[in-house]
Amino acid sequence: MPVQVKRLLIAFAVFIALFLVARHFLRPATFGEYGHYRGAALKENEDRPIKYVNMNETCITCHDSIAAVRDSSVHKSINCQTCHGPGYKHVDDPQKTNIVKEHAREFCGRCHSKNPARAKVIKQIDMNEHNKEDECISCHNSHNPVLW
Amino acid sequence: MVKENKDFSRREFFKKTGVIAGGVLFASLLSPLKAAQSTEKSKSDDTWYGIGLDIEKCIGCASCARACKAENDVPKEPFFFRSWVEQYTITNSGEVKVQSPNGGIDGYKQPVPESEIFKTFFVPKMCNHCSKSPCTQVCPVGATFVSPDGVVLVDPNYCVGCRYCVQACPYGCRYIKPDLGTVDKCTLCYHRLKKGMDPACMMVCPTGARLYGNLRDPKSEMVKFIKNHTVGALKPNLNTGSKLYYNALSQEVH
Ligand code: HEC
Ligand code: HEC
Ligand code: HEC
Ligand code: HEC
Repeated sequence: MPVQVKRLLIAFAVFIALFLVARHFLRPATFGEYGHYRGAALKENEDRPIKYVNMNETCITCHDSIAAVRDSSVHKSINCQTCHGPGYKHVDDPQKTNIVKEHAREFCGRCHSKNPARAKVIKQIDMNEHNKEDECISCHNSHNPVLW
Repeated sequence: MVKENKDFSRREFFKKTGVIAGGVLFASLLSPLKAAQSTEKSKSDDTWYGIGLDIEKCIGCASCARACKAENDVPKEPFFFRSWVEQYTITNSGEVKVQSPNGGIDGYKQPVPESEIFKTFFVPKMCNHCSKSPCTQVCPVGATFVSPDGVVLVDPNYCVGCRYCVQACPYGCRYIKPDLGTVDKCTLCYHRLKKGMDPACMMVCPTGARLYGNLRDPKSEMVKFIKNHTVGALKPNLNTGSKLYYNALSQEVH
């Protein structure tokens, strides 16, 4: 074998050895457990905190009368937290300040304002005409809004 | 007449074949290289999540967009979204207008007078959790991947913030988190799924326009949804293997 090929081979061998050593130290422990990624990343994604809590296990146990009203109304398909925001803080320490209580007309308008794009599954009102002086909740009970 | 070929004797042929096969076998045994060509089977073969969105039921309240931002600490500004709603308006002359003020959170106006509207509807959007996702293929470091149950996830501790995946996603579902400089996207609320809870966007939907489920379970609601409706996926021509199925999807939606 010519001497220059031998030297080249040695250089290659050294390079590959260095590469393997570096790879051994730089590669995260769980890399390649399930595929070309860190297996531990699955667990990390899984461990993020929950903010929208289970309604049946929380809200309903304390606010049972409101829940009962809602359950027999047209708003029964709506989760408490759709209107009141995430409940994780309030559930740990029930305060008025750590849960949202909306009262503006625009709040009900999110779902009920007239828009031809809105699916026909929902009753809509013209926000500029339907009793425009008052807040919706002065006539409609938000947990049982039907008045008739 | 048989011609003797000195260069290719049978013995030599077998010898060379043996050497090559042995070499390949040896190389495959080199364990340090395993990760790079891992062919290990996923650990949960029985779940493969898909998503169904019903345009006929969506009322465009953007409760999903709000809940997603709150649940997942998506920055309120600049305007990044993991889940948002677009209002499509198709005029009588065939013009298509799309709007999504702050992802729908700011409420919609209808710019076209009702007499000129041919068709108008809301389209909720989110990550398609593609099975052949272009975004995971371009990642140079393996920081984004399809989980064993079919959810496209990001590993923020490993992401280098190169933005290739943001460019590669044809649905605009990725953004760079301003505080960390790493990429972020819909995880189908993986942290909730694994604890048996629905994703936040689906929990708050007042009309049940959103659902998810196991595509491999023929009895799941998800499979029933696909069977019972005429469903379509976004940009099927791109062969992304999208697992987001829309009911009543119009041609105009892109
Ligand atoms: C541990 C019992 C408990 C649970 C669980 C609970 N609450 Fe409450 N909640 C209370 C109490 C007590 C108050 C009254 C606080 C006060 O008067 O200072 C309250 C007040 C409220 C208010 C009124 C706030 C205001 O500004 O007047 C709302 C809205 C509310 N809760 C919604 C919820 C929702 C939604 C949930 C479920 C996520 C929930 N609560 C779960 C005990 C609870
Ligand atoms: C459609 C939206 C909506 C839903 C769904 C909803 N709420 Fe409310 N809730 C409101 C609004 C709006 C108010 C404020 C009404 C008012 O002050 O009269 C309110 C007020 C309350 C209050 C305070 C009552 C008071 O006297 O100050 C409580 C407690 C409450 N809600 C609990 C719940 C619980 C528990 C659920 C789920 C079972 C629920 N809400 C579902 C809209 C909603
Ligand atoms: C998150 C969306 C949402 C919000 C916010 C909301 N609603 Fe509703 N509302 C609905 C849905 C869904 C229905 C059921 C539609 C149906 O079955 O006809 C409904 C039904 C109603 C109905 C009965 C309509 C009928 O004749 O059947 C009234 C009245 C009503 N809502 C008033 C209100 C008021 C007042 C508010 C504000 C406090 C409000 N809603 C907030 C979603 C919403
Ligand atoms: C002054 C009292 C009053 C106020 C304020 C009020 N409503 Fe009503 N609303 C009524 C009455 C009474 C009816 C039933 C008669 C009717 O259909 O007009 C009704 C009916 C409705 C209906 C059912 C419409 C249908 O087609 O069946 C909806 C939805 C509704 N209101 C939503 C709202 C919303 C949203 C607001 C706030 C923006 C609001 N209302 C404010 C009194 C009120």
